Amino acid sequence: MTVSSPRRVLSGTGAILMAPVALVARLLDPPLSALQRVGGTNGMAAFFLLPNMAVFGIFVLLPLVINIIYSMTGGTALFLADRTFVGAAQYQRLFDCRSYVDPKSCTEDLFWTAVWNTAGFVVVQVVFMVVVALVTALVLNRDLRARSFWRAVFFFPVLLSPVVVGLIWRWILQRQGLLNFGLYELGLTPVNWLVERNWAFAAAVGVSIWAHVGFYALILLAGLQAIPKDLYEAAEMDGTRPARVFWRITLPLLAPNLLVVLVLVLIRAVQIFDEVYVLTGGGPGTATLYLTQYIYEVGFASFLRNPGLASAASILMGAVLIVLTLFQLGIARRNEMRGKR
Amino acid sequence: MKTKTLLVALAVGLMSSTAAIAGDVRVMWYSDGVEGEVIKDLLDRFMKENPGINVILDDVGYKVVQEQLPVELEAGRGPDIARVTNLKTLADHWLDLTPHIADPAYWQANFGDQFDWMRPDGSKIIPGFMTQLTLTGGFANKTLFEQAGVEIPGADATWDEWVEAAGKVQESQQLNAAIAVDRSGHRISAPIVSYGGNYIGPDRMPAPIDEGVKTFARKLVEWTETGRMNKETWVSAAGTTYRAGIDDFINAQVAYYYSGSWQTAALSGKIGGAFDWVATGSPCGTEACSGLPGGAALVGIKYTQNPEEVGKVMDYLAREDVVREFTERTLFLPAHKGVAAGALDFKTDDTNVKGALDVFVKATGQVHPNANALPAWKWATPIYGVLVTRISQVMAGELSIDDAFARIDEDIKAQVEAAK
Repeated sequence: MTVSSPRRVLSGTGAILMAPVALVARLLDPPLSALQRVGGTNGMAAFFLLPNMAVFGIFVLLPLVINIIYSMTGGTALFLADRTFVGAAQYQRLFDCRSYVDPKSCTEDLFWTAVWNTAGFVVVQVVFMVVVALVTALVLNRDLRARSFWRAVFFFPVLLSPVVVGLIWRWILQRQGLLNFGLYELGLTPVNWLVERNWAFAAAVGVSIWAHVGFYALILLAGLQAIPKDLYEAAEMDGTRPARVFWRITLPLLAPNLLVVLVLVLIRAVQIFDEVYVLTGGGPGTATLYLTQYIYEVGFASFLRNPGLASAASILMGAVLIVLTLFQLGIARRNEMRGKR
Repeated sequence: MKTKTLLVALAVGLMSSTAAIAGDVRVMWYSDGVEGEVIKDLLDRFMKENPGINVILDDVGYKVVQEQLPVELEAGRGPDIARVTNLKTLADHWLDLTPHIADPAYWQANFGDQFDWMRPDGSKIIPGFMTQLTLTGGFANKTLFEQAGVEIPGADATWDEWVEAAGKVQESQQLNAAIAVDRSGHRISAPIVSYGGNYIGPDRMPAPIDEGVKTFARKLVEWTETGRMNKETWVSAAGTTYRAGIDDFINAQVAYYYSGSWQTAALSGKIGGAFDWVATGSPCGTEACSGLPGGAALVGIKYTQNPEEVGKVMDYLAREDVVREFTERTLFLPAHKGVAAGALDFKTDDTNVKGALDVFVKATGQVHPNANALPAWKWATPIYGVLVTRISQVMAGELSIDDAFARIDEDIKAQVEAAK
C-alpha cells in the first residue's frame, strides 16, 4: 500500500496553512530522532507524556501530598514550617464518636453533621439529576419545534457562575422574594423556604439540578444520537411497544453515557458548595451544611483557622470519592465483560 | 552590539517598572455606608499633593476583609494598608509605623487609647489608627411605634421591656417580627455583658461561659421561638457567617433593630424620609445597659515593600483636618481625641442622624468594664464565632440549649488547644 506524502496531498491554501507546522516539525525532527535513538520507542512515549505528567504532578499530586502533610500538623499558622507535627490527632478528633450515626455524640459534631447531610444530598440529588437529565435528553432528542432553542434554554444555566445561580434563587426564595410575592398575590400563604429545613434541602437539590442538568443532558443527548436509527426502525416494524424500545434498546445502548453522567454527577454532588453556600449559607441551622462548606469554614472562614483539621476532612472526602469512583468503574468493567461474553 | 543594546533596554525597563511599583500603595477598604466615596476623594487629593505616590484603593466587600485577608496575611502577602475590624487576632501582621511616620507623639496623643486593641499583648508598636469608634446599640422605628400607639421605652428600659413594647407594635402593625439582631457574636456580647457575662478568666484566658451568657442566649432563643425576633437572620445560615438584620429595619418589617453606631449613615441613606427612626443606646440587663465598643482601624501591613510611602499615606489620613472631614462626611464617631473634643458639623440634612449620634456619644459613658476589655482581648473574636454557631443551632431546633452551652465550652477549649 502506498501512502501519498503530505506534500503531494496538500496544495494551495492547505500548503500555506501547513507551512509553519512543517517548519516546526522539521526543526524538531533532529533532536527527536536523537532522543528516539537513545530512549527507544517506549522512551518516546514517556517523553511525550512528560509535560502532562509535570502539570499533573505540580498542580494535583504535589498539593495532595502537601494536604496530607498538613492533615498531620496542628496550630493555626499557615506555613508548614510554623506548624507542629501531631501525627494522626486530627483524624482521631474527626473519628472521636460514640456513634457515627449520631453526630451529637461526636467531638467534631459539625463534621459528622456535614457527612450525613452530604450523604443525603448525594442520594437524592444524584437520582433526581440523572432522571431529569435523561428525560430532558429524551425530550430534546425528539423532533420538536424550535429544538435548538429548547436545547439552548436547558443549557443556559450551565454557563452561569454558581454564585450568580445562588443569588438568583436566593432572590426568588427568600421570605420577601419573588415566589412568596407570587403566592401572596394568588391569596396563598407565603412559605419561609430557606428557613424551613425540608424546604431548604429541597431548594438546595432543586437549584443544583437546575444549574447543571443541561450539561448532563447534553452528554446523554450525544449518546442518544449515536444509537443507530435502524434499530428503532426494526423495532417499529416488529410492533414493539415504546416502553420496551426504551428498556431494550435506548437504555442499554445509552449505558456508557449514563455511567459517565453518574460518575460526574456523583463527584459533583459530593463536592457541592458554591451555589448552596450562597443560597442557604448551610442553614437553616446546619440543615444544608455540606462537607466542602465544613472544610471551608474550618480552614478559612473561622476566626481561628484550623488548616490541619480542614485538610484531614478533605483527605477523607477525597478517599470516599476515590472509593465511589472505583466502585462505579468496577461495575462498568464487569458490564463490559459480560457484554463481550 | 545588538545583544548589549537589548540588555540595556531590558535593564532600563525593569528599573522603570520597579520604580513604579516602589511608589504604589495598595489599600484594602470596605464600606458600611458612604466612607468608600469619602476615602477615595481624600486619597485623590493626597496623590495630587504627593505625585510620587500612587495609592490604589480596593473597595471590597466586608466578607473579603474578614475571610480572604487573613489567609493572604498568613501567607506573608496582602495589601500595604487595610481597613479591618478583626484588630487583635491578626495583630502579628501589622506594621510598626513608628519609624515611618512624621510625629509618633501626635499619634500617641490622639489615637493612643486604642493602640492596645490592635497590637500584640505587651507590644508598644503603632500599628495604625481607628477610622472610627463604634458602639453597639439599637434603633427604633419611631413611626411604627407612633402608629401602634406604643410608647418608645425609656433609656433605662430592659431588653424584656423593649421586646414587649416592640411586640405590641408587631401585633398592631402586623409585622414579620418585633426585633432583629445582627447574626454576630460581637453584637450579642453587649447584652451578655449587661446580664453580668464575662468571657475573660482570671488568667486572661477564656473562662467557661457564665450565667450572663446563658441568660441572654435563652432570651434570644425564646424570642425566636415566639416569633418576636426575626428568625431568618440567625437561622438561615450555618457556622460563623455574618448576617445583618438591617434590611428588615429599612423595609419597616421590624420595630426594633440592634446593631451599632456604624449603621447610622446607611440607615439615613436608605430610609431617607420613608419613616422616622431613633437610636436608643443599649437596653439594660441585670447588671448594666452596656454597648460594646469597637470600630474599624486602618493598619499598615508588615509585608509591604513600601513602608515609607505607607507612612506618608497614614500620616495624611491621620491628620486632624482630614479625620474631621472624614468624620463629618461619613457620620462616624471620631477616634481622634482632638477631633472628638471639638465641635463637629455632620454633613447631613437628616434630622434623625444628629439625634442618633448624640445618643451613641452619650451611651459611651455607660460601657461596662467587661465590655471595654473585649476589643483588646485576643480571644474575643473566636468566642463570638462559637456563640453564633451554637446559638443559631438551638434556634433551628438542632440542639437543646444545655447541649449548646456544653458545646460552646468545648469549642472554645478546642480553639485554645488548636492555637497553641
